Amino acid sequence: MDLFKIISDIEKVDPEVYERFDTRRRAFKHLTGLGQKLTAAALPGLVGALFNKAYGQGTGSLPADVVAVLNLALQLEYLEYNFYNAGLNTPGLIPASEVAAITTIRNDEAGHIKVLRQALGNQAFSQSDVPVTAFDYTGQGSFPDWNTNTAKYFGVAQSFVDTGVRAYKGGAPILINNKDILQAALNIHSVEARHSSHIRTVRRALASNAVGTIVAADPNDLNNKPKSWISGQDNGGAAPNATPVNTRPVYAAGGVVTVGSTPLPSPAEDNLMHAQFNAQTGSTAPTGLTITPAAASEAFDEPLDAATVKTIARNFRSAAGAALGLFNP
Amino acid sequence: MPEASSLSTAALSRRTFLGSAGVLTATAMLLTACGDDPVKPATGTPGLELGSGDAGLLSYVFLLKRFATGFYQAALTTPAADLTAADLAILRDVNRHEIIHREMLVQVFQKNSLVDAPTIGLLQGVAFTYPTATFTITTRQGVLAGARLIEDLSVAALAGTAKLVTSSVVYFPLLMKMLAVDSRHAATMRDLVQPGSFAGPDAVASTGSQAGLNQILTPAAALTELNKYTNGVILTGNSLPTT
Repeated sequence: MDLFKIISDIEKVDPEVYERFDTRRRAFKHLTGLGQKLTAAALPGLVGALFNKAYGQGTGSLPADVVAVLNLALQLEYLEYNFYNAGLNTPGLIPASEVAAITTIRNDEAGHIKVLRQALGNQAFSQSDVPVTAFDYTGQGSFPDWNTNTAKYFGVAQSFVDTGVRAYKGGAPILINNKDILQAALNIHSVEARHSSHIRTVRRALASNAVGTIVAADPNDLNNKPKSWISGQDNGGAAPNATPVNTRPVYAAGGVVTVGSTPLPSPAEDNLMHAQFNAQTGSTAPTGLTITPAAASEAFDEPLDAATVKTIARNFRSAAGAALGLFNP
Repeated sequence: MPEASSLSTAALSRRTFLGSAGVLTATAMLLTACGDDPVKPATGTPGLELGSGDAGLLSYVFLLKRFATGFYQAALTTPAADLTAADLAILRDVNRHEIIHREMLVQVFQKNSLVDAPTIGLLQGVAFTYPTATFTITTRQGVLAGARLIEDLSVAALAGTAKLVTSSVVYFPLLMKMLAVDSRHAATMRDLVQPGSFAGPDAVASTGSQAGLNQILTPAAALTELNKYTNGVILTGNSLPTT
C-alpha cells in the first residue's frame, strides 16, 4: 500500500485533503510515530482511522474517553434545554421582560445539542432527543415549586448552568487532541458562562423585586443576590439548605480528572491556586487596591470531574431518565 | 534500557532548547525598521514580534489583559458621573479580576522561566491608547460600551487560543478558567449596555451551523484588533502556533 500515492491521488480531486488532516505534518507524524513497527496487515486499519479523523466524526471513530465527555455534555444540554423550554411553556412563570432572554438561552442549548450530535454521530448515547419526561426538576422533591415560583426557577437554572460550565472545564482537557471538537466545546463553554452571568444578574433583581434593572450583589447574601461570577463558594449556591438535594456540591470540590496519565484535581470554587501559583498573594496590586481572597477566587472558574457532575445531575432525572441511563456512572 | 533513557533525554533537551529559542525570538525581535519583508512593519514603524509556542501564546494573552486593565484604570480613576453604585461595584470587580489575570501571567512567566525578564519588560512597555471615538470614559454608556468591546474581544481571543496551547494540564486549564470568567464579564457588560443582550447575535451565532457557539478570533485576527490601540506599535505573532 503506497499511502503517499493514495493521498496524492485524493489531492487531485480534493485539493484540501491535507487541511482535512490536522495538518499534513501532524498526519504523517501520526503515521510514522505509530506506524514504524506495524506490519503491512495492520496498515489498512490505521489508514482508516486517519481518514475517519480527517473526513469528519460520526463514523464511530472517536476514542472512548472523548465519547464519554461529549455524551455527558449532551445529556446536560438536554437537562437544560428541557428546563428552559418547560419554563417558557408555563404561563406567568418567566417575567415578560425575561422571556426573550430565556428563549435565547433555550435556543443556544438547542444549538449545542446539534453540534454535539454532529460530533458524536452514531456514538451518541441515544439517537433520539431526550424528552422533558426524562427529568425531575423538583430534585426528588427539593424544589416542588420550581415551575410556580419565579425566584426558585431561576435558582435551579443557576445551579444547572454553573454545573455545566464546570463540567465543560473538567472535560475539555480530554478533548485536547481533537482540535475541532475541542474548539466547539470551548465555544459552548463560553456561552454557558454567559448564560450563568445573565441568570445571576436576573436573580439579584428578582430578590429586590426589581426585574429589568441592574441591582448590586450582596456579599452577605450570595445565595439570593449573587455576583455574576462565582465568589468563593457562593455560600453554597441558590439553595444550600434544600433537602434532600441542595446546591452546595455545585461549588464544592470534586474528584480527579485524569488527562492522559496526569491527575487534575477539581478544586472548590474558592480555590486560589492556579498553575501552581497563588492568585491572591502572588498578585501585585496597584497602589490603593487590595486583592482579597474573594476577588482572587472570582477571577477563575474551576473544573468539575465527570463523576461529581453525574452525581449532581442524577438528582434531576425521573424514572424514565433512569431507564434511559441518563448520568449513569 | 539504556537506549530508551538516552533517547528520552535527547528528546527532552531538544524540547527545552526549542522552548528557550521561542523566548529568545521575542527578545530579539523588537523591530525598529524592517525593509521589504512583507510580514513585518513598514520601515520606521516600531513593532513587537511575539515568541513561539506556549510562551508566545501567553505573552499575547498578557497583552490582552494589559489592554483591559489599562482601560478600567482610566475609566475608574474619575468615574463617569452617571455610573450607578451597582455599575461601579461591577466595574471594580471586573477590574480586579483582570489585574489578577494579568499578574497571574507575570507569575507564570517568572516562576516557570517561561518568558525572560527583558521580554516581560518589552511586553509591559507596550502603551495602549483608548481613542475617545471608541472609548468614551466620561459617560456611563461610553464606559460600558468600551468594557463590552474589551470583554467580547477577550472571550473570542481566549476561545481561539486555548486549543493552541500544548500544556494540556497546566496552561490549558489556566486559560479555560480565565475564559469562563471573561465570558461572565462580557455577558454582564452587554446586559448593562442593553438588557438581555448577554449572548446577542454579534457575540454568539443564533442561526446556521454555528448557532449557539461563541465567536472566536485567531491570535492573528485579535492582534489586528489590538493594533488599533497600540499607538503605532505593530504587534505581530508570526511564530505563534496556528493549529
